[in-house]
Amino acid sequence: MNDVVIYAVVSLSVIGVASAVILYFVAQKFKVFEDPAIDVVEKALPGANCGGCGYAGCRAFAEALVRSGKEKQTLEGLNCPVGGNPVMAEIARILGLEAEEKEPQIAVVRCNGTPANAPHKVAFEGATTCYFAHSLFAGESGCPYGCLGLGDCVAACIFDAIHMDPETGLPVVNDKCVACGACVDACPRNIIELRNKGKKDRRIYVCCVNQEKGGPARKNCSVACIGCGKCVKVCPFDAITMENNLAYIDFEKCKLCRKCVEECPTGAILEINFPPRKAAAQPGEGKPEKVPSEGVEKNENSNA
Amino acid sequence: MLKTFKTGGVHPEEYKLSGSSPISVLPLPEKVFIPVSQHLGAPAKVLVKKGDPVKAGQMIARGEAFISAHIHSSVSGKVSRIDEVTDPSGYRRMAVIIDVEGDEWEEHIDRSQEIVREITLDQKGIIQKINEMGIVGMGGATFPSHVKLMVPEGKKAEILIINGVECEPYLTSDHRLMLERGEEIMVGIRILMKGLGVTRAIIGIENNKPDAVNYMKSLAAGEDGIDVVPLKVKYPQGAEKQLIKALINREVPSGRLPIEVGAIVHNVGTAFAVYEAVQKNKPLFERVVTVTGKTVKNPSNFMVRIGTPVSHLISSAGGVLEETGKIIAGGPMMGKALTSLDVPVIKGTSGILLIRSDESRRVEQNTCIRCGRCISACPMGLEPWLLGKLISHQEYERAEKERIMDCMECGSCHFICPAGIPLLDWIRVGKSRVGQIIRSRGK
Amino acid sequence: MDALVVSGSPHVHADQSVKKVMYGVVYAMIPAMLVSIYFFGLGAVRVLLVSVIACMAVEYIIQKYLIRSEVTIFDGSAIITGVLLAFNVPGNLPTLILVIGAIVAIGVGKMSFGGLGKNVFNPALVGRVFLLISFPVQMTTWPVPKPLFAAAITDAITGPTPLGILKEGLAAGKTVQELMPQLPDYVGNLMTGYQGGCIGEVSALALIIGAAYMLIRRIITWHVPVSYLLSVVIFSGILWLSDPTMYVDPLFHLVTGGMMLGIFYMATDMVSSPMSPKGQIIFGAGCGIITILIRVFGAYPEGVSFAILIMNAFVPLIDRAFKPVRFGETVKR
Repeated sequence: MNDVVIYAVVSLSVIGVASAVILYFVAQKFKVFEDPAIDVVEKALPGANCGGCGYAGCRAFAEALVRSGKEKQTLEGLNCPVGGNPVMAEIARILGLEAEEKEPQIAVVRCNGTPANAPHKVAFEGATTCYFAHSLFAGESGCPYGCLGLGDCVAACIFDAIHMDPETGLPVVNDKCVACGACVDACPRNIIELRNKGKKDRRIYVCCVNQEKGGPARKNCSVACIGCGKCVKVCPFDAITMENNLAYIDFEKCKLCRKCVEECPTGAILEINFPPRKAAAQPGEGKPEKVPSEGVEKNENSNA
Repeated sequence: MLKTFKTGGVHPEEYKLSGSSPISVLPLPEKVFIPVSQHLGAPAKVLVKKGDPVKAGQMIARGEAFISAHIHSSVSGKVSRIDEVTDPSGYRRMAVIIDVEGDEWEEHIDRSQEIVREITLDQKGIIQKINEMGIVGMGGATFPSHVKLMVPEGKKAEILIINGVECEPYLTSDHRLMLERGEEIMVGIRILMKGLGVTRAIIGIENNKPDAVNYMKSLAAGEDGIDVVPLKVKYPQGAEKQLIKALINREVPSGRLPIEVGAIVHNVGTAFAVYEAVQKNKPLFERVVTVTGKTVKNPSNFMVRIGTPVSHLISSAGGVLEETGKIIAGGPMMGKALTSLDVPVIKGTSGILLIRSDESRRVEQNTCIRCGRCISACPMGLEPWLLGKLISHQEYERAEKERIMDCMECGSCHFICPAGIPLLDWIRVGKSRVGQIIRSRGK
Repeated sequence: MDALVVSGSPHVHADQSVKKVMYGVVYAMIPAMLVSIYFFGLGAVRVLLVSVIACMAVEYIIQKYLIRSEVTIFDGSAIITGVLLAFNVPGNLPTLILVIGAIVAIGVGKMSFGGLGKNVFNPALVGRVFLLISFPVQMTTWPVPKPLFAAAITDAITGPTPLGILKEGLAAGKTVQELMPQLPDYVGNLMTGYQGGCIGEVSALALIIGAAYMLIRRIITWHVPVSYLLSVVIFSGILWLSDPTMYVDPLFHLVTGGMMLGIFYMATDMVSSPMSPKGQIIFGAGCGIITILIRVFGAYPEGVSFAILIMNAFVPLIDRAFKPVRFGETVKR
């Protein structure tokens, strides 16, 4: 009986020691040289592996940073949207370089097709993915550009930063957003855009991506951009451009003067996080109000 | 023992409600909406402008790409405007909108009922004529017919297969066409055979239409090289590859066209349209449309001008819209749900089906119980449950290896699934995604 | 008019649901239930009721309080597990043991994998095998079958199963021919049910009637049962022909023990069997061979449960290896 125990202990120990010796030599022989800076840089990164930087993960990004730092002496074009400026500054310090400041950004949903603004005309049924619904029809409201509300963006987000609002049926972005861009890629209709966060989180943007002419656009949604061009004229900074019946505000040029918001006849331009105005103190800031009809009618006539 | 295809297939309830109602000519609507993209391939280029007077049969849009088809006016009148209208695709697309005035046809169209049997054109002339007259596949896929007649180099067409299967439930337009225009169809088949340069043709008809089988048989008796074969009822027998398998027991290889096995498939509706185009100079601007469903008082088969709004058809057949929850262009297995009543009839619209409100919603979705019925139903020998699962987890590469691109979207898997899983919805997503991957690889 | 519904095709569906499929299986088991009640009296009623109620209760508690999902105890799957578990135990099994079996069957066999459709093993068999290993005495003490409502089962008059008699006899060095007189006349009695054993195993005939119902309703396909049956017949037939004194004939194997129950109700469980027809045939054949291996060469007299569980574990592999024949794959001209 005792013999068995001894044999077992001895033989297992011998196998263990032998394996350890073999492994040691193999590890020595096949050692791969890796820049120790990569490990340090990787530690400095957030470790979310979100892919927002355009690389397969934080490790791959760290490798790219170190390579770029070594070979080109610059970190230009490389940015971790999750960590933002502090992390990039830290990495630059590790690699002994200058970091370029970048405006923090946030995902912005450019559709306001709530059931009140864009009443549903048909009911969709099927696999709950926007991608499929997009291939099937224009959407429950009939707007071929508007949000389908099935949450491909929500499924794509790994930061818990975008959720469907059950009342409006539209996705809402919260503070957790790091502007990784996953939702932008996921949306089959390119409704989500990364825009600068802006001073005090204040933003002005055209909350519509409809490129139809005014008439058909308004038929489906009361807060659609009808391409009237009033905002373009009123903007003192040339920040607004008009293309395919759709206004676009360049966030680099916009000085947040809010003139366009007042001018927009359909309320398609939204202002976010501004204090309420004195004259038209409406509750629910940023929400579009009743639509003055003058500009719309003119536009429809010009199309007919 | 009747022939049919071997792998998979399902048996939906047939509901051929309009099978005994003869084709009647639908009165002209006030306005027609003729989309310039009614076929597979590039949209046609508009030739007319607002205010232009047009006659029925006049070309109003030219298909310029290789795979495209010309569009002809279906009525006489004035072009009211050229604008986007919602078509069966669910999106707004360019269309020519015409105010109907009278019913004047182009002079060169032979409007007599006389049957012209002698084929004067040669092979090249036939193909050119079919192209000129804007003929597309009438079964629903709307592939330009003249392209199908041009056999690619190195391939040889041996046999023409005429699809009179009409395996979709409810639809009866091909059935009625065979009964009432059988002689014309026979001439059309002769023309197609000449155009292809083949000496044999087989007409496949499911045996739930014994009157059509017998009538076509009696007509084919006098024709050389044309046979009529009755087939056992099974969906999707009308699919090209399945029909070829059932009739001549040849299997079209995965990802290839029927010409690979020497066969070309045309629909009976196409044969009729070809007859009218070649023998009567009549462009494709009207077709037989079945208007049917449980909420339709008089399920009918109408001869309809292209561009007629669906609402006009429904009211003529006595459709009760209050009880209707879903309107489908085409059959219940592969048709498209319409988003509005203003959608026009296009060249590929074989039927308008109204589904009762209480049947319009899908059953509650449950978890997969691995019953394997989707596998035994799939006519392509795929595993729909696996494809659905892979796609919902974004595993596109694996889905491609599991042959997702072989799927022809017949819907048998979702039809049979006891758990009500929208398998085909997911597979469609997957096909589109995998298609993108394959295309990006080719670049 | 309400808003039009828009969805992808197909727009019509076969009139089927998970519930219909599951209750179809339950209906198919009714003949066997009636026979078991006839032979084992109130004991069978008690076992059936306790098992079904316990299974449903365990599923309810887990869904309601542990994983907080939708409660789906009435979809029929828990009832099937309950009935099958009851079929697989002796009619005099103590209630507490039966409840433990239900907890293991539903809790470990089904819900721990994620519930209906995701379990790798047949839940009822998981419960049964757990009980067999944990409570071998109680699980192999069979009441003698008695006509309806005769005496209470607690009389503890026990009779061994035909398979048990055979196994012990052969182990003691006797030949099959010597043992035959001790065994019931299997062509008559075994088919109709006058044999000792678990309550659902007793009548092959009742089980076959239910199986025919399932086949006609297309709840199960022929692939698994036929390949299972054939492999049992062929494998045991070879053994029998090689030495009729040591091995019994194939018919004996077919009608004794849990063979019919296993073939038609447990191996065919759609969740834990392969999806493709080819895979199902492989699965059935594997079950048959392992069953006979255990019965003839193993320590247990009965091997159906183990065989099916072992093959269940191979299902993912079988699913990967045996794909359906793709259309257009074999190019022939």
